Amino acid sequence: MISNPPAPTREDLAPRLDAAAGAWLDAALAEAAAALDENEGDNVAVAPWELRFAAAGRHCGQEHADPVRTLLLQEARAGLTTLTRLYHQGTAAERRAVLLALPLRVTGPGALPLVEDALRTNDTRLVAAAVGPYAAAHLDPHSWRHAILKCLFTGVPVAAVDGLDRRAHGDAELARMLADFAAERTAAGRPVPADLYHALHLTGEES
Amino acid sequence: MRIFDPHIHMTSRTTDDYQAMYASGVRALVEPSFWLGQPRTSPESFFDYFDALLGWEPFRAAQYGIAHHCTLALNPKEANDPRCTPVLDALPRYLVKDGVVAVGEIGYDSMTPAEDTALAAQLQLAADHGLPALVHTPHRDKLAGLRRTIDVVRESALDPERVLLDHLNETTVKDAAESGSWLGFSIYPDTKMDEDRMVAVLKAHGTEKVLVNSAADWGKSDPLKTRKVADAMLAAGFGEDDVDRVLWRNPVAFYGLSGRLQLEVAAPEALHEGNSILRGGE
Repeated sequence: MISNPPAPTREDLAPRLDAAAGAWLDAALAEAAAALDENEGDNVAVAPWELRFAAAGRHCGQEHADPVRTLLLQEARAGLTTLTRLYHQGTAAERRAVLLALPLRVTGPGALPLVEDALRTNDTRLVAAAVGPYAAAHLDPHSWRHAILKCLFTGVPVAAVDGLDRRAHGDAELARMLADFAAERTAAGRPVPADLYHALHLTGEES
Repeated sequence: MRIFDPHIHMTSRTTDDYQAMYASGVRALVEPSFWLGQPRTSPESFFDYFDALLGWEPFRAAQYGIAHHCTLALNPKEANDPRCTPVLDALPRYLVKDGVVAVGEIGYDSMTPAEDTALAAQLQLAADHGLPALVHTPHRDKLAGLRRTIDVVRESALDPERVLLDHLNETTVKDAAESGSWLGFSIYPDTKMDEDRMVAVLKAHGTEKVLVNSAADWGKSDPLKTRKVADAMLAAGFGEDDVDRVLWRNPVAFYGLSGRLQLEVAAPEALHEGNSILRGGE
């Protein structure tokens, strides 16, 4: 069971947007609500709400782009096909929004290829968004452990990793990987990230 | 001193360059899509490149305190390869992206019929998407190429005041200025323009609508040429306000025509201990 984050709402966003951005969002949400089921349509014309999804940052401000895009995906009832297309055709900011929406929109493991794609990047915005509740629920143990290491390597706080305490507990292999990484850093005379010891402690497997 | 480099190919540059640019005063730049030196053979190669200009490269720039935007287009050289021309059909879905502040580089290379088609089609795309256009002027047969470019712009749906004519020099600045377009000058170590010639052009033509860029790429070029022009301007008696106009306010005004410039840099979260780029990857 995925512990879903609270979905953003129009009411949460309203006080933070100016009049023009609020009007833009209302129009965008109306277009999203009118979106066809993803198995309908001609698959040629780009749906108007998808253009809004791309343009959200410049109309609502980059600081509001994540919740605005999530709200649009909710309103359009975007499923795996649509999410996958938007991810592959998206900027880094759009890809991040798709990743953040996965636990709200996808129930099975079908969107794992998107998470795995994001974890292959070195873009911390994508890595941080990839280790949310969807990854906690579906990522296999090997990939999940490497995601933890990736966070430590790229400086994403492990606080971004959903379900870390639950999944790390009793994971002797993760504990070994963390200890080896700490040893490598120490041998190089480089500092060991404080987050590493926090994750190691959560395994309960410190030796 | 604040500097906006309106034309630089950061994909080909190192993090040392980003660091040196920041130290020189560069706070914003535009990376036009262009030829990569090695010809591409399929649209997919362009799409990966466009995705990098909308993803990885702004991420790199932000880590050095520099705002990164891009211009997207099928460049004139590769517009001559029919394997690449389907890029034109895919451009509309890219031109709506937040980081895209113009269609470009478009223009002429060898002045072929295929280049005519691509130039006209992409001027129309710029008009359709509310974007200005960055138009490269050819290296060979430059004055004739510029005049033909101006004619095509005049026949297009795009107002010449929403066009930046780039790689200008002493022989082309007069015609370009009379067209009503913005005037771009690329400063190179040996070719194109140099700092002192640029100062002479500024003395003769003034600073109105003039933009100066390094056009630094994978060839012999220098990403600090913008700063060197600023210094040469000050040494020649221009004031700090003139420098700010040419190196900051003019590029902000031109690319601001898109309505999409975001000059505050949001440094990516979560960077401590030496990030992935400073370490050169894993």
